[in-house]
Amino acid sequence: MTIVVAGERKEYADGLTVEELIEAEKVETPQYVTVTVNDTFLSNAERASRSLQEGDVVEFLYFMGGGTIPSLCATND
Amino acid sequence: MIYLQLKEYEKLLAHAVKCLPEEACGLLGGKKDETGNTYIEVVYLLENTDHSEEHFSLDPRGQLAAVKEMRANGWRPLGNWHSHPASPSRPSEEDKRLAYDSSALYMILSLMERDTPVLNAFRIENDHVEKEEIRFIQG
Repeated sequence: MTIVVAGERKEYADGLTVEELIEAEKVETPQYVTVTVNDTFLSNAERASRSLQEGDVVEFLYFMGGGTIPSLCATND
Repeated sequence: MIYLQLKEYEKLLAHAVKCLPEEACGLLGGKKDETGNTYIEVVYLLENTDHSEEHFSLDPRGQLAAVKEMRANGWRPLGNWHSHPASPSRPSEEDKRLAYDSSALYMILSLMERDTPVLNAFRIENDHVEKEEIRFIQG
């Protein structure tokens, strides 16, 4: 199947899950990455169960934050 | 070398001043060439969901909208920017800890001296911080 990952068209085997895509794309620090499929934000639980389909558009959005004090909200859970 | 459109810098600065005393933040979109130069064509002004004077978190929905607009215009996400209302233009320990994307550019605007704002650009990988020169361009 052909899917669009971070703006690039790519070929992957049918039935690939989002979790498997994250591994295949070697996404750095995936625990701090929010994933969207066709503009829908996925929960961490959905990453393992959501199978991708032909034409899906996937984006990886890094948590972006900082400051002079530690944050209590630095995960995407 | 980082090339930044002057009008985009002015937009960033005006927004950061307007957000005071809170930290302001956003994304950077543009292009890179084969020699490693980075061209920032657009600065996105996003919500700091922390609404804090000492911390920022980019709104993920605004982030997605900005990334989609970048792709539609042939740009790519280059990194993010944020302001330091009362501290220097260099990454804090928290900035370094939360710099999860080693390929991203991190720009910090200091408003510590209100009449002389300072903008610097950094690459951050783990604890290693490398400053990059910014050149302002017009047109």
